[in-house]
Parts: sequence; C-alpha cells; structure tokens
Amino acid sequence: MFVSLREKEESTTSTQAAQPTQEYAIETRNLNIYYGDFLAVQDVNLQIQKQKITAIIGPSGCGKSTLLRAFNRMNDFVNGARVEGEVLMHGVNLYGKDIDPVEVRRRIGMVFQKPNPFPKSIYENIAWGARINGYKGNMDDLVEQALRAAALWNEVKDKLKRNAYELSGGQQQRLCIARAIAVRPEIILMDEPASSLDPISTLRIEELMQELKKNYTIIIVTHNMQQAARVSDYTAMMMLDSETRAGTVIEFNDTKTIFTRPRDKRTEDYVTGRFG
Amino acid sequence: MELEVKSVAPPTTFRLMNLQKKMRFKEQAIEGVLFLVGVLTIFITLSIVFVLGNEALLFFEDPEVTLAEFLGSTKWAPAIGEFGIWALVSATLTTSVIALAVAVPLGLSAAIYLSEYASLRVRSILKPILEILAGIPTVVYGYFALMFVTPLLRSVVGNQIGVYNMLSAGLVMGIMILPLMSSMSEDALNAVPNSLREAAYALGSTRFEAALQVVVPAAFSGIGAAIIVGVSRAVGETMIVAIASGATSKFTFNPLEAAETMTAHIARISGGDLSYNSIDYNSLFAIALMLFLVTLVLNLLSQWIVKRFREQYE
Amino acid sequence: MYHYVYPEETELQRFIQARYRKAWIWQNLFLLSLLIAVISLTALLLDIIDGSFGYIAYEFKKDPLTISEKPIEQFTKEELIQVLQANLSRGALNKLNSEMPLEQRSEADLYSLVLERIIQIDTKQTYSLFESLFRRAEIEAEVAEKYPNARLEFRYWLQPEFIVSPQSSKAEFAGVRTAIFGSLWVVLIAMILSMPVGVGAAIYLQEYAQKNFINSVIQTNINNLAGVPSIVYGMLGLAIFVRAFEPLTSGAVFGITDTNGRTILSAGLTMGILVLPLVIINAQEAIKAVPDSIRQAAYGVGATKWQTIWSHVLPNALPGILTGNILAMSRAMGETAPLIIVGASTFISQDPSGPFSKFTALPIQIYQWTSRAQSEFHNIAAAAIVVLLVLLLLLNTTAILLRNRFQRRF
Repeated sequence: MFVSLREKEESTTSTQAAQPTQEYAIETRNLNIYYGDFLAVQDVNLQIQKQKITAIIGPSGCGKSTLLRAFNRMNDFVNGARVEGEVLMHGVNLYGKDIDPVEVRRRIGMVFQKPNPFPKSIYENIAWGARINGYKGNMDDLVEQALRAAALWNEVKDKLKRNAYELSGGQQQRLCIARAIAVRPEIILMDEPASSLDPISTLRIEELMQELKKNYTIIIVTHNMQQAARVSDYTAMMMLDSETRAGTVIEFNDTKTIFTRPRDKRTEDYVTGRFG
Repeated sequence: MELEVKSVAPPTTFRLMNLQKKMRFKEQAIEGVLFLVGVLTIFITLSIVFVLGNEALLFFEDPEVTLAEFLGSTKWAPAIGEFGIWALVSATLTTSVIALAVAVPLGLSAAIYLSEYASLRVRSILKPILEILAGIPTVVYGYFALMFVTPLLRSVVGNQIGVYNMLSAGLVMGIMILPLMSSMSEDALNAVPNSLREAAYALGSTRFEAALQVVVPAAFSGIGAAIIVGVSRAVGETMIVAIASGATSKFTFNPLEAAETMTAHIARISGGDLSYNSIDYNSLFAIALMLFLVTLVLNLLSQWIVKRFREQYE
Repeated sequence: MYHYVYPEETELQRFIQARYRKAWIWQNLFLLSLLIAVISLTALLLDIIDGSFGYIAYEFKKDPLTISEKPIEQFTKEELIQVLQANLSRGALNKLNSEMPLEQRSEADLYSLVLERIIQIDTKQTYSLFESLFRRAEIEAEVAEKYPNARLEFRYWLQPEFIVSPQSSKAEFAGVRTAIFGSLWVVLIAMILSMPVGVGAAIYLQEYAQKNFINSVIQTNINNLAGVPSIVYGMLGLAIFVRAFEPLTSGAVFGITDTNGRTILSAGLTMGILVLPLVIINAQEAIKAVPDSIRQAAYGVGATKWQTIWSHVLPNALPGILTGNILAMSRAMGETAPLIIVGASTFISQDPSGPFSKFTALPIQIYQWTSRAQSEFHNIAAAAIVVLLVLLLLLNTTAILLRNRFQRRF
C-alpha cells in the first residue's frame, strides 16, 4: 500500500554513490505551500544536515512555522492547505502518493510553541504515544529513559502518577520533548519551543537540545536571534518576497557565517537589528 | 473655514470646573428597576418551592399518608389510599434508562463525528437536521412513539409488547434527547484546545486515536455534564410517556409492559376532573416536588461540572 | 543508545494498516449515529404525512335518499335550512341559532351541519396514505367484505376546511381553528410577559451586575430554571394563576362571571414564566456579542451608562434578542404539558374572545386526539401536527432570516 520509509533507506544505502540526498536528514525541492489560493511559502530548497541543529529565523508572518509543519505534514489538518514540490527524507518524497502521514509523523516528532501535555499523568503522557505506535518493550523503562533524556527524571521520578498540568511551564515543555523522543523519531521539529518560557527554563531547553543532537536531527523555528546563534549549527533566513508577498528562504548557511558575514543585505539588517 | 475650526476649538476662557459626582436619578432608577427584574427570577424559584412544598405538606399531613409509605411502598392507588411513589418511580427509571441508552452513545458518537471528522459542508447539512429534531414538540414525539415505533416493535418482537409500553416511549425519548446530548458534547469537544490534537498527531496517531484517546478523555467532564442534563430531561419529560407508555401505575422494570411515570401521572390526573384540596390533588404536588428536587440537583451538578471544566483550559 | 522495541518495516506496515482499519470502522459507526438521527426524523415526518391522508370507509346513519332524491351536494341554502329545521329537535335548533342564526350561516357551514347532525357519517375504518396507495385492492376487498354498506373514499384529512373549522366532537368535521387561536393567544400573552422582563434581566446581568453573591445566585438560578421540567411550571401555574389568583385570571374582577381560573390568561402567564429563562439566556448571548470597543467609544464621548446601553448596546444586540425571542415563541407554541394542567378543558368549540376565555391549543388537541381509540382521530391528530409544524417552521424561518439579514457587522 505505502512505501515504508525504512525499506527505502536500506535500499538507498546500498547505492549510496548514486543518491547524494542520503547524507541529509531532510531535503526540500522547489517547495511551495498554499492556503487555498494564497501562496504562503515559496520555492524553498533546503538540505538539513543529520544530527545537527538547524534554525529557521525571520520576521513574524514570514512562514517559518508553516514551513516547519510541512516537514511532518501537520499542515494536512489545515483546511485548504496544499503543497507543491518535494520534501525528501531518505530520498522518499513525503508528499508522494503512497506515503502515510501517520508514519511520517511517527518518524518526525514535533514540539510546539506552547507546552501541550495531555491532561493525563506524567507517566501516561509518555506511554500513550509509545502504546499507539505498538511499543512492545518494558513501558517503565521507556518512560524513565525518555524522561532522563529530557533531563526531567530527577524532578518528577516521585510523582509520575500526578497530572502533567501540575508541572511548571518549563517542565511541561521538557515533558513534551520526552514524549516526542519516546516514540524514537529521527528528526525533532521545534516550533519556538522556549517562547512561552522564562529565561532559566529557556536555558535548560537549549542545553537539552545540545544533548539531544547527538542522536537526533533538530529543526527549530525561533524569532530570537540570540537563541539561534547560541544553539544552532545551521541557519535558514526567511523573509517575505517583495513581489509575491510569500515567505521564502533568502539565505541558508552555517550559523557562524549567517551571523558574521551574511551575503544578503536583508539578512545583515535583520540579524543586526536594523530590520524594518 | 476659519469659523468652523473655531466652533470645535476648546473654549478659550476656562470656568471653574465642577467634577464632583452628580446624582443621576434616572440612571439609578433604571438600574434599580433592572435589578428588581433580575431578582424577580429568584422569586419564581422561591414560589415553585413554596407552592409545591405547601401542597405537598398538606398531602403528608393527611392521616391516610405517611412519609414511610410514600418512600417505601410500591403501590400507587389513590382510590384505595395507597401512595407508594415507587410504582411511579420505577416507570420513570425504566423509560429514562432506555432513553439514555439510546441518547448517550448516539449523541456522543454524533458529536465526535461533527467535531472531529465532518467537513464544513457535511456539517452544514447534518447540524441543521439535529436542530430540527431538537425543535420538534414532544407531543409530536409522543404521536410518533404510539403510531410508528410501537407498531414497528410489535411487528418485530411480537404481541407480548402491549399497545402501551415503556420500551417505545423510552426509545423515542432517546431520539428526542439525542440532539441535546450531541450539541452539549460537541461544545465540550470543541473546548478541548487544538494543541492537544496536534500533540497526538505529531506522535503518529491516527485521527481516530486522537479523537477517542485524547480529545474525548480531555472533554470528559463536559460530556459528563451533558449526560446529567440528559438524565434530568428524561426524568422530566411528560408528553411522550403520557401518550405512549400507558396509564396504569404499576411497579415494574419490564420495558415491554405498560406503566405510568411520575410526569405522566400528573398530566393524566390533572388533565381530568380534579377537585381542589382533595388528597389526589395534593399528591400531585408531592410528586412534582420530588421531580423538581431531583432535576434541580442534577442541573446544579451539571453546571458546577461545566464551570470547573471551563476553567481547566483557561 | 536506548533500547526501544517498536514494530519496523513490514510489521510496521501491517500494524498501521490494522490501526487504519479500526479507525475506519469507528468513523463509520460515528457517522451511523448521525444517520440514525436523520432516519428517525425522516420516519417521523413520513409517519405524520402517512396519517394525514388516506382512504376512509364510512356509512350514513340516515340515508340521504330518505331526505330527498336530489343529491344534497346540490341543495340551495334555503333547502339546507329546511332540512335542518325539519330534522332537528327544537332545543338543538335553538342552540344553533343562539351561536349564530341559521340564515346568517354560509352554505358550506349549513352543508356540514346537515352532514354532521342529520345524515351522520359513521366512520368504520380509516387507512393510512401508504396503505391506500399500495394496497388499494386489498382495502377494497376488506371493506366490501366487512362493511357491505360502506362507502370508500380517499380523504384529505389535512385540507383548508380542517384549518378553518372549529373543534367538533366528530373527527370528520373537526378543525383546528379554535386551537390555532388558542395557541396564538397563549403565545402572545407569554411574550408580553417574558420579553420585557427577560430582556431587562439580561441587561442587568450583562451590563450592571458586579461579581457578587446575589448576582451569581441570580445567574445560577436562571440557568436552573431553564432546566426545570415543564410540567412543574404547569403545577406552579395551577396553584398560583388558576387557584390563588382566580378572581383576576378568571376576569371576575372585571365583571366576567362565566369562567373559572382556567383561562387563556393563566395559560399565557404560565407559559411566559416557562420561557422566561430561555429569553434571558438568549438575550444575554446577544448582548455579550456586542464588542466592548463600542461601549468604550460611547463612554469616551461622555455618555452615561444607560445612554451607552440604550443607544449603542441594545440596537446592536437587537437582531440577536429578537431571534432569541422568536425561538422562545416557538417553544411556547409547542409546549404541551403545562397547558394540559392549567387548561384541562376537554371540549371547547368556540373561538377565544379574549384573555379570560376558556381555551384549547394545538398541542392539547394533538394530545387529546392521539389519546382517542378511534383511528379517525389519529388522522386528524396527524393533520394537526402538520399545522403545528408548519407554524413552527414559519417562526424559525423568520428567526433565521432575521439572523442572516442583520448578520453581525463587527
């Protein structure tokens, strides 16, 4: 019925030379995103490196979140949203005809702007995602490992049965990260994960991201330039196209270059705070 | 041109200003009247309690009646001085249970479909149909129960079902409550923030898993409130049972039999030739008082749940 | 690296497919619930149509041929009066004349009087529309066998005649004019009571009420009143309006002596109290929908509170308030139980002349006719339901048009 992403990966490993896309975690080709007739994101070509943190920055309303949500097909739930072009993962187009969006999201996890734990216990928050995805191992171990990986274990190990809403905002967000990694995705998308948190919680999330990138590819949307400079290895700069009024990536490079020697005048204006 | 500007320019000479608070009698009178109108609604409740309580008291003061008999006996036959409320309560319970067995699963399923699955177009067709069902007077449902559902049941199950039976009345009552159940549940489901659905989808859940395992549990208290209101509606419903479930008070829980509910009994007796101050007359108020208290508790409970639920996601 | 055990590859595909199958089944079950609602509504409407038309098998108690060889359909007005005078007792004639002199009655009226009083239709059996359409031969055979003298005729129970005729003890001649007037009167009085009181209370709660104990009691109380069973309101109306205020509601203080407290006024007041919470809650919603910016703009130019409400809040909330009131009207029109308790009249054939008349109403008629054993009464119950539903439809259409016409402009 549908192409298993795994299977494809193995087949491509054997013919590595012929498939240069293999070295990227995700690659977009001429990606356009529409809401009805409205072109929201235009002609994006990105190669996201594996086990690195890639930041997407830009002024508000330029389509950063829309682009991020295109990576795991979360835009499917928006009425009238549609995509042209390709989003490739292991050489497979995620918008191909036989691709199952549920499996896509199982492999590409997401952390949202505001912490959104389920109104269940801390334990159940992590166990639920694992359970629906057919996890067969020891659930207690999985919960502990996910919480340790999210640097939350020591704070919650004595109250796993308590409702997740009792946690602070920063703890809730780390719980959401733990929940995402418990289903073992390859990529984690983060949509301004620290924007609703205080500076100390933000710092902890940023430290956590450095830890997580050893195993995961992370793509983060942020409008906080310092954060992008601090945490990311690569940075994509988005801006509204002056003619079409659609968001597009105007510059993509390693973070150091973007923040010190940007090629595009607009990027320079933006990162130095001279923008609009 | 210059003149016009002058006319809206601030006065050039300022008088001493008096910013002291002024008494505005008209304003206060209006507020007073509106307040009284608001308080009037409390008097409605008070007069219900007073009227029902007063007449019910007369009933219990009658030497023929004891509270123990009223609450303990299963026989209701005013003609021979038997006043056991259970004969009527049993029918109310039976019809209500049947009605809820229809309305709760169907109403909740309909709500889940409308809030989690239906496209705008499908919704715009199905939602008005539920609203039409909700707007049909209950006496019409009564006709439907007696003239359509009962004959249908009799042709399917056979003649052990009487012309009057609680099953038919209960089923139709369920259909009547369905729209209420569905629209209240839908409100509860819609109040669940979208971020929870997104969280579920991002973990690789199907729409169904997100709906049933995340959204419905999150809306649980709102759905609970809907069920409680449904119970209150079923207990208080009169016309369907008055028409379709029979006119003999009988202690039975067999849905195939005819039996009279509390409401149907009130409607039948008071609709006939009834002399004031008789024990029959007073007994109706005792039943009505019970109905009022039961539905009051249910409604308060449901409101309290809804209020708490609303705060949860704010 | 952690130890994870998730299905992979073909196992994963099978696993996801199984989940999709389950999801598909459930989704269809959800949809099925809605379909059941649709089917129920369809069945209900068809059942009512089914009862409103169909064959009727009847005999004449007195053969028309014994009166005259000329078919009575062709009688002139004078001949009809002659027949009536010749065949009715003096008492019956006097009663008819006191209602309206025979000479002043219309020909159609006289014709049905002759049919009703002299020839006297005796209905043997009635058939529903679908029976009549699809089992015609069987019906004809059955009637020929069981009632050899009976005539078989296709009858439109729902016909213009049915709407303009007064109530009658004979189903064949009964109409709903009396009941329609009764219903309109009751709704009118209910709205006269509940509209000003309800809108006033809504204004108080939305615009004036501070968050304090008494106001939260008022609000909770209104929400509760909305859930009180209608039959309890009926008992309230019986004890207060019918009995305690009998001198007033019977019109005795105004010199009307021929009725007790079971009048249109009592029923209307009871119904007004019943719909009051509905009016308040709907009006509150409408007032809530007026944005605060409008109020602030008015205060900003120095308006007092009441000026702000009167010239800005109410005009903007008016369409919503009216829509809510119309919905309350349709509730009042369809509500039955309280009317039975307050009205309790078994047979009223005279149009109500004012608030102190005894009355019947459409839902009461439907209830009484449905409760009769003879099938011809079920037919007119169905026809009366059609009339009631059409009236409700008109009201609701008005509400929807109003809502669309004055669609929110903010």
